[in-house]
Amino acid sequence: MLDYRVLPAGDTALVVEFGDRIDRELNAAVLALAHGLDAAQVPGIVETVPTFRSLMVHYEPLVLSASALTARIGEQVRSLKANTTAGHLWHLPVCYDPSLAIDLDNVARRTSLSAQQIVDRHSAPTYHVYMLGFLPGQAYMGEVAAELALDRLETPRTRIPAGSLAIAAAMSCVFPLETPCGWHIIGRCPVPLWDQGRATALLAPGDKVRFVPVSIREYETLATGVSQGVLRLEPVGDAVGAAA
Amino acid sequence: MTAAALRIISPGLSTTVQDLGRSGFQRLGVAVGGALDPISLRAANALVGNPAGAGALEALYVGPSFVVDADDARLSFAGADAEIEILADTDAQRGETISSRRSIRVRRGQVVRVGSLKNGAVLYIAVEGGFAIEPTLGSVSTDSRGKIGGWQGRALVAGDVLPLRFAAATDRDEYRLDGLDLAPSFRVRAICGPQSDYFSQAEIERFFAGEYTVSAGSNRMGMRLDGGPIRHCRGFNIISDAIATGSIQVPGSGQPIVLLADHQTTGGYPKIATVISADLPAIGRLPIGAKISFAAVTLEEAAAARRRLAAELENIGDKMVRIAPPSALVAARLLECNLISGVCNAAA
Repeated sequence: MLDYRVLPAGDTALVVEFGDRIDRELNAAVLALAHGLDAAQVPGIVETVPTFRSLMVHYEPLVLSASALTARIGEQVRSLKANTTAGHLWHLPVCYDPSLAIDLDNVARRTSLSAQQIVDRHSAPTYHVYMLGFLPGQAYMGEVAAELALDRLETPRTRIPAGSLAIAAAMSCVFPLETPCGWHIIGRCPVPLWDQGRATALLAPGDKVRFVPVSIREYETLATGVSQGVLRLEPVGDAVGAAA
Repeated sequence: MTAAALRIISPGLSTTVQDLGRSGFQRLGVAVGGALDPISLRAANALVGNPAGAGALEALYVGPSFVVDADDARLSFAGADAEIEILADTDAQRGETISSRRSIRVRRGQVVRVGSLKNGAVLYIAVEGGFAIEPTLGSVSTDSRGKIGGWQGRALVAGDVLPLRFAAATDRDEYRLDGLDLAPSFRVRAICGPQSDYFSQAEIERFFAGEYTVSAGSNRMGMRLDGGPIRHCRGFNIISDAIATGSIQVPGSGQPIVLLADHQTTGGYPKIATVISADLPAIGRLPIGAKISFAAVTLEEAAAARRRLAAELENIGDKMVRIAPPSALVAARLLECNLISGVCNAAA
């Protein structure tokens, strides 16, 4: 059985922690537990929030006690099955043109790589969506090639445009909304990861993502098509079988 | 004729539409949000006969001014003390001053002017019937960061016209609150963890023994505290995980931040303790500059406090007292009675 511990986050949430590192297997356990608890529709569970290596379970203490919930979590973990609902595989268009990739030069200097090498290395892996957080629809996708895994800027920017693609240490993120940001921006995605009108997220934890480089002209065409509602991104397949 | 509305003349410092928040979407990165002080929100709604979780205006520190664009409307105020003035129209310099924690019927063209808040940071202004705003993800709360819900996903600005569900106020008496404690709390109960293992036992004791000041950097996302810094024993970066409202995170500076309604769904700083749910409304009202300290409690004590709060909220209606009609109306009624008795006498 998987090692785990249950920590109280006040009197209305428990944290189920499977380890202390970013790891796809631990994340799979988190997602499987979330799926199991959600499917069980336990009275008193308000919502579950999966993150890299832990699941937060929000509960209503007047309906469900912390000890009863802890016991329930134990049962679920003992019978944990790999998440059977396969995620999607997405091909996300990204424009790495220096006019949008405001930190590309900076990244090139810090990594001693050319702009083209950065684009090649960043768009090579199939990324795993570990979690959504920070902003509506914002996915944490990993892992970035080791030589590109840069820390924060010394001075964070007060504002970056929606769609900005960042390297955030071992993760890549597309920021769905304009936001302050301290990470290196290396491109922009024309497809919104958060649909403001329908209040839905494009990506879900467990999905797989490949970044497909597009030119600035293609970027503009796609962005216009999306904003006019004539283009919509569909997944290209299931996450299962997508090469790591 | 236009639909009933409140037209904002001045938004105050920061006024947003808030209800009890939108839970169920944190996994998408959507904050729960909602009223900083849900007890005062419920009280404001009770005063105008709304459901407890109806959306109301939440004003911080300095309230808004607005014109009544409806035949008439019933408003209520609950939360901090405030000078509230009802003016005859937009040209009037002076009006009738009323206290907070009551309902009042206002007429078309009248201006409601809410001044600086006292003895608390938060005031709710509810309107009978509520605002005609469609919920987003089940709530009308304003998430300014995610630009979701409320009035156009942002704090109010001058010129905003907030549509009302009721064209006019119902015919009923006015009420005030009596005996409901809506004061900010300077001693707040908290449960250790979830990352108490990032702090030595001595440091945790120092945290619970310490007194902090609410700093000016505080907002609806978090209450920043100034005080003796808390040292970590194994760094201040954790692998980002989910955040519960009331979490007290300790960043590298060692100055704790209590995460409030609009906190981001995930974060990477260790959380030394978490404010219990029963004390969240009282901490939500705490103004900048106030002193605060924390008392460690067990889960059982927190559950008992939560049950007591639930019982108190259940009986919020018992705390409402009917306001005697204004003297002019009393005189009119007396006159009415005399006339009737006069007629009776004549017939006798």
